Amino acid sequence: MKILVCISKAPDTTSKIAFTNNNSTFDENGVQYIVNPYDEWYALVRALEIKETSGADVTIITVGRAEDEAIMRKALAIGADEAIRIDADPVDAYMVASEISNYAKNQGFDLVLTGKETINFNGSQIGGMIAEGLNLPYVSIASKLDVNGSTLTLEREIIGGVEEVEVGLPAVVSCAKGMAEQRIPNMRGIMAARTKPLHVLPPTVTETLTSYVSFASPQAKSSVKLIDPNNMDELVSLLHSEAKVI
Amino acid sequence: MMKNLVYINGNSHLNKAAFEVVTYAKKLGGDITVLASGNMESSLLSSLGNYGAKEVIINRGITGNDDQQIAAWIASKAPDANNIIFSHDFQGKAIAPRLSVRLKAGLIAGAVSLPEADGSVKVNVFSGKAFGFVKTHSTQRIISLLPNSIAPEETGTHCGVTEINEEVGANKVRVISVKKPEGAIPLPEAELVVSAGRGLKGPEHWGMIESLANSLGAATACSRPVADIGWRPHHEHVGQTGVAIRPNLYIAIGISGAIQHLAGVNGSKVIVVINTDSEAPFFKAADYGVVGDAFEVIPKLTEAIHKFKAAQ
Ligand SMILES: Cc1cc2nc3c(=O)[nH]c(=O)nc-3n(C[C@H](O)[C@H](O)[C@H](O)COP(=O)(O)OP(=O)(O)OC[C@H]3O[C@@H](n4cnc5c(N)ncnc54)[C@H](O)[C@@H]3O)c2cc1C
Ligand SMILES: Nc1ncnc2c1ncn2[C@@H]1O[C@H](COP(=O)(O)O)[C@@H](O)[C@H]1O
Repeated sequence: MKILVCISKAPDTTSKIAFTNNNSTFDENGVQYIVNPYDEWYALVRALEIKETSGADVTIITVGRAEDEAIMRKALAIGADEAIRIDADPVDAYMVASEISNYAKNQGFDLVLTGKETINFNGSQIGGMIAEGLNLPYVSIASKLDVNGSTLTLEREIIGGVEEVEVGLPAVVSCAKGMAEQRIPNMRGIMAARTKPLHVLPPTVTETLTSYVSFASPQAKSSVKLIDPNNMDELVSLLHSEAKVI
Repeated sequence: MMKNLVYINGNSHLNKAAFEVVTYAKKLGGDITVLASGNMESSLLSSLGNYGAKEVIINRGITGNDDQQIAAWIASKAPDANNIIFSHDFQGKAIAPRLSVRLKAGLIAGAVSLPEADGSVKVNVFSGKAFGFVKTHSTQRIISLLPNSIAPEETGTHCGVTEINEEVGANKVRVISVKKPEGAIPLPEAELVVSAGRGLKGPEHWGMIESLANSLGAATACSRPVADIGWRPHHEHVGQTGVAIRPNLYIAIGISGAIQHLAGVNGSKVIVVINTDSEAPFFKAADYGVVGDAFEVIPKLTEAIHKFKAAQ
């Protein structure tokens, strides 16, 4: 079985979010990049669990610049077998997804996994776009994934419940909490990652469909109104007459 | 004349998100055709006319949630559509990206307001820690709207509903079962949410949280460590790595307000924080704060709500 896991970088979850160039670009000053948590904790680890129980080749792919190889090495240290970097700035979801589906087209992957979303752009777009590019079925935001021969059994949250579905391979799945547990790379993994293959391929896509015009920070909340813990009637009355939420 | 298509899930109940997407399309201007798939009754769907729909077409031939089938069907209806609108839910997150590739139409994912004067649309980025303004470069535009971003507005009357039966390709995502939680309000749809963290000290104390939630008709949520230790089910975990919610009211009890927690709840309209520690970071994000012990404050708050409801 061949599994492709799409890995994105994301700013460390505690990063200060600020913008420069007249609010047109994210200020990377002092920002630490990590593997996007959904990609690492859920998609990658589940792929490795499948490898351990039934055997699989796990390839990771990132559309990004040379400096992103640091996070790719981390994914290799956790246990992926090889890595592909498409050497391009990830400017919009359509372009990133097209790069990945162009690469994957003739490689015979049985399963393509993405994270549920990146924690910087929160688009949840790329999995569905890859699925369309490869003309494969897609299951979005799965919280459980099992392989039975050539069939996947998955669970995902739908409106007002949880749906259990079955889909034949090959398929594309976006992965959310519940699918696997976070793993910390060990020393052996980190050493091994240094010599695992990391191939750099030239980009094939130039077209984009969207762009960010500018960014803005949310307005700071005016300061909190403190209520006496012995006067909950006051809180209820404020929620009703001032905040108008009950 | 602008033409807008709106897709709604015809398998669930007619939820608020459906009214929101139709209202959004109405405010963009032009004609609105609603496309739905599933088994929902036509009489229910005709009420979408009240929000501005000119007509509803429901396809009974697509019974599941296979986004490949649904995207193919929508694409067949889309050649002259200017805007195609989805709710940014599990389906919008699957069908809209597919359609974007199929039609080569730019997708604005997670919109939180109507287009600006320059045509860009505001979206949530960095897990609610900032906004971005996104523009599309294509002739057609696809928008998925974050739930609870726009208030539904009733302006018209019922509209006609056409039932069709078109199978579009094979259904490749076979539904085996659907589990519905008993009685509980689904968290992403809840307008009121009561949430608790490690400050509650143990799972045996959640009865108090549930009583408070019941008194309000609210859903319950929790911080990540609480779900990780197994005090509460995983689907209640809100935050950067759990569910992101934007209710009208979020009451956070015994939660410190770590940045990763805030990332999932900072879209809430009103935040109430109850915490023993007046230095807890959550107070900086709160509208109303109570510095006090949850074990004393919560029963009092629940009682005050019962009193308020009885007087209504
Ligand atoms: C990559 C990453 C992703 C993460 N994602 C998430 C996420 O999605 N969601 C999330 O929630 N966390 C997430 N976290 C964890 C987050 O950083 C915090 O550790 C977590 O939110 C803390 O949970 P808590 O507030 O319940 O517990 P604590 O931090 O232990 O806070 C407990 C609070 O309860 C108060 N308290 C104690 N006793 C009482 C009492 N009797 N009455 C009232 N108040 C009391 C205390 O003053 C304290 O403020 C993530 C962390 C990382 C590194
Ligand atoms: N530059 C990238 N390279 C490889 N995979 C990516 C990239 N950006 C996003 N992805 C994948 O697509 C998923 C969804 O991203 P998004 O649509 O941006 O929310 C992520 O969780 C990753 O698995």
